[in-house]
Amino acid sequence: MGIISRGFGGRRRESLPGLPPGQYLTHDFPVLSAGPTPRIPLDRWKFTITTETGEKHSWDWKEFTALPAEEFTVDIHCVTKWSKLGTTWKGVALDTLFEDVESAADYTMAHSYGGYTTNVPLDDLLEGKAWLVYEFDGEPLHPEHGGPVRLLVPHLYFWKSAIWVNGLQMINEDEPGFWEAGGYHMYGDPWREQRYQGD
Amino acid sequence: MKNRISWRVATVSSARWETASARTLVLDVPDWPGHLPGQHIDVRLTAEDGYTAQRSYSIASAWTPAPSATGAGSAGAPGTVELTIQRLDDGEVSPYLTDVVEPGDQIELRGPVGGWFVWREKQTAPVLLIAGGSGIVPLMAMIRARGEARGRQPFRLIYSVRTPEDAAYADELRLRVRENPGLDVHFVYTRKAPDGWPTPPKRIDVAAINSHGWPPDFQPDCYVCGPTSFVETAADILVALGHDPKRIRTERFGGA
Amino acid sequence: MEIDGNALAGDLSEVFATDATVAVFTCAGCGHAGAVATLRVWGPAPGAVGRCPSCTDVILRLVRTPSRLILTLTGATRLELPLDA
Repeated sequence: MGIISRGFGGRRRESLPGLPPGQYLTHDFPVLSAGPTPRIPLDRWKFTITTETGEKHSWDWKEFTALPAEEFTVDIHCVTKWSKLGTTWKGVALDTLFEDVESAADYTMAHSYGGYTTNVPLDDLLEGKAWLVYEFDGEPLHPEHGGPVRLLVPHLYFWKSAIWVNGLQMINEDEPGFWEAGGYHMYGDPWREQRYQGD
Repeated sequence: MKNRISWRVATVSSARWETASARTLVLDVPDWPGHLPGQHIDVRLTAEDGYTAQRSYSIASAWTPAPSATGAGSAGAPGTVELTIQRLDDGEVSPYLTDVVEPGDQIELRGPVGGWFVWREKQTAPVLLIAGGSGIVPLMAMIRARGEARGRQPFRLIYSVRTPEDAAYADELRLRVRENPGLDVHFVYTRKAPDGWPTPPKRIDVAAINSHGWPPDFQPDCYVCGPTSFVETAADILVALGHDPKRIRTERFGGA
Repeated sequence: MEIDGNALAGDLSEVFATDATVAVFTCAGCGHAGAVATLRVWGPAPGAVGRCPSCTDVILRLVRTPSRLILTLTGATRLELPLDA
């Protein structure tokens, strides 16, 4: 294995007992992206839930921001090993969006502007476990961090919290999304350290 | 089994500053197989707790199987590799390599790698090198390789820097322009030009590339290296001036 | 962070016996062909994503795990590697 590089610490990081295994605490907010950052004008933004039968439920920006929103504070855990504690967001709980959606499918595929996808079981989106967020730390969500709207599923690794999200497709069978097809875990529970396929 | 590229341990034998924020590390690498100018190596650092970080750096030195004949600047001894690292203030690896590493320290490296952004001595076409900031490093390796081989291919370098103080290898370039026939160097200053410079500071533009590059009819091999936006600007200008896109090779560095 | 395919040379050298950055890919989306070195690359974490310089479709994904290197090539219909002459 590697030799130790004298005096090399890397980014300042702390290991805390309360963190998921293998995670370090970070105080900045690293930007990770898989492609160019789309700039989505709010009057063109749209979010659509499509059921397994093809039924669509859509919200434009005005309709979406008129929905009851929550402000909440959660911890986030990135598969690249940083965790950030006590992050504050504002957004709409997925429960609210699913109120009128009839579906028997157990899985969803989140879709984003720019083509990114990630799969999340429906149960992991409901009962107050996930939101579509549009503010971070009291400010509109910056495009670098997924704005105008990203999915936030804080109990799973952060790649499941699709940036630039614009839709959820209900699917009967679980399918891999962008990083899952590239070698990452289908579910991604940080507490069980499900980073890669086979973990 | 074929001897696949793997990680080796290199020892820093010396270091020198090229500018206030760019430092050259001379690495002693046992069994170094040699490299082509333009190739790079991956550096891997490991912290005491096992955390690792990996970055790719272009090789600055030329490689010659025999010791330098001319002694003009840095030829690179057979078992050594030189890297010039630009410190990125919010970086994780570069500040370590510029400010912490000392002669005697060891680092791991993999390479040489990359066979696309390279210049080979057997290429006979005129060459246009366009560097933005630390993008000079692999292009300097090409200039050094041509100098060491006493190449006759006409070389022109357009080197964009913020201020005269940001130019790496300035003394060596001056020396080589005198001693390596057929090499021309033109600077573009984007923030502050030297006293008496004919034009105010400006970004690289059509006029600079048109005046200090080669006409497209000469069918030069063009190499452009620098930050992503710089490379895109320069490559677009080359294409607009009529250069064959197949003869334009680019390498983008991440940082600005 | 955006870079280009030149930066993939090290990792790809652990997959291919010859330098794969000079290999020519053909984009499944738009048919553009070019050297792997010319891909627009985002990364390195959680993995490197190589996109077609012509249409920005994803050509390849390269993920490093502690024990594996996973190269997903769904966006390329073809990869042509030169043999050592």
